[in-house]
Amino acid sequence: METKRQYEVVFIVDPTADDEVTKLTDGFKQIVVDQGGTITKAETMGKHKLAYEILHKKEGTFVLMEIEGSGKEIAELERRMRVNDRILRYLTVRVDEDRRRAEKLKTRRAAKQAKRVAAGGQRRGGAVEFAESKGE
Amino acid sequence: MSTNYEDRPRGGGYDSDDDSDRRGPGGRGGGRRIHRRRVCRFCIDKVDLIDFKDVKLLLNYLPERGKILPRRISGNCATHQRMLAEAIKRARNIALLPYTTD
Repeated sequence: METKRQYEVVFIVDPTADDEVTKLTDGFKQIVVDQGGTITKAETMGKHKLAYEILHKKEGTFVLMEIEGSGKEIAELERRMRVNDRILRYLTVRVDEDRRRAEKLKTRRAAKQAKRVAAGGQRRGGAVEFAESKGE
Repeated sequence: MSTNYEDRPRGGGYDSDDDSDRRGPGGRGGGRRIHRRRVCRFCIDKVDLIDFKDVKLLLNYLPERGKILPRRISGNCATHQRMLAEAIKRARNIALLPYTTD
């Protein structure tokens, strides 16, 4: 199984350490790269209110990273985040399987649609006939 | 909206014209009121993936109490309800959505 896995990692940074956000993010990026993963996306989602208090904090800065790799770098990344008390919470989601599935559904739907359009052109007469017979 | 679906009257309140099309006349006393069950909105919009970061969307399925809106109310299909529930649970984990509200 040599296919790369894709992950989405979201973590919440302590709002009092706002100026460290970029530094932290860069540090995490470095960890991932060192472990052999690649960063496909990294963006700060901004400061949001938390739906509930975490460590008596009511808000936090959300950062989203998309990572491609084997899974080893995720383990290391999560370990680092767990240790770091600037990180209020993190969540890693493996997205490649779901995305592939969505892609498949999309292409299948497109194919179906194309088929229907192609068939609809020929069958139009028949469809009208059917409607008429139903009306009688 | 349909937030207080749990407090709907149980017995009594016999609205024959409300549920007559669903249940036959033999439905025992009162019966439950049907809360406009419609087709799955995700199927109509052809959604393949429900993102847990899309708080605005998820909030539509989270009534006041913070519970996940059941399928019988929202009319979602099983597939999409599963995806939705998963997304809501993920969003709760990173404090985008509440576990409970009081």
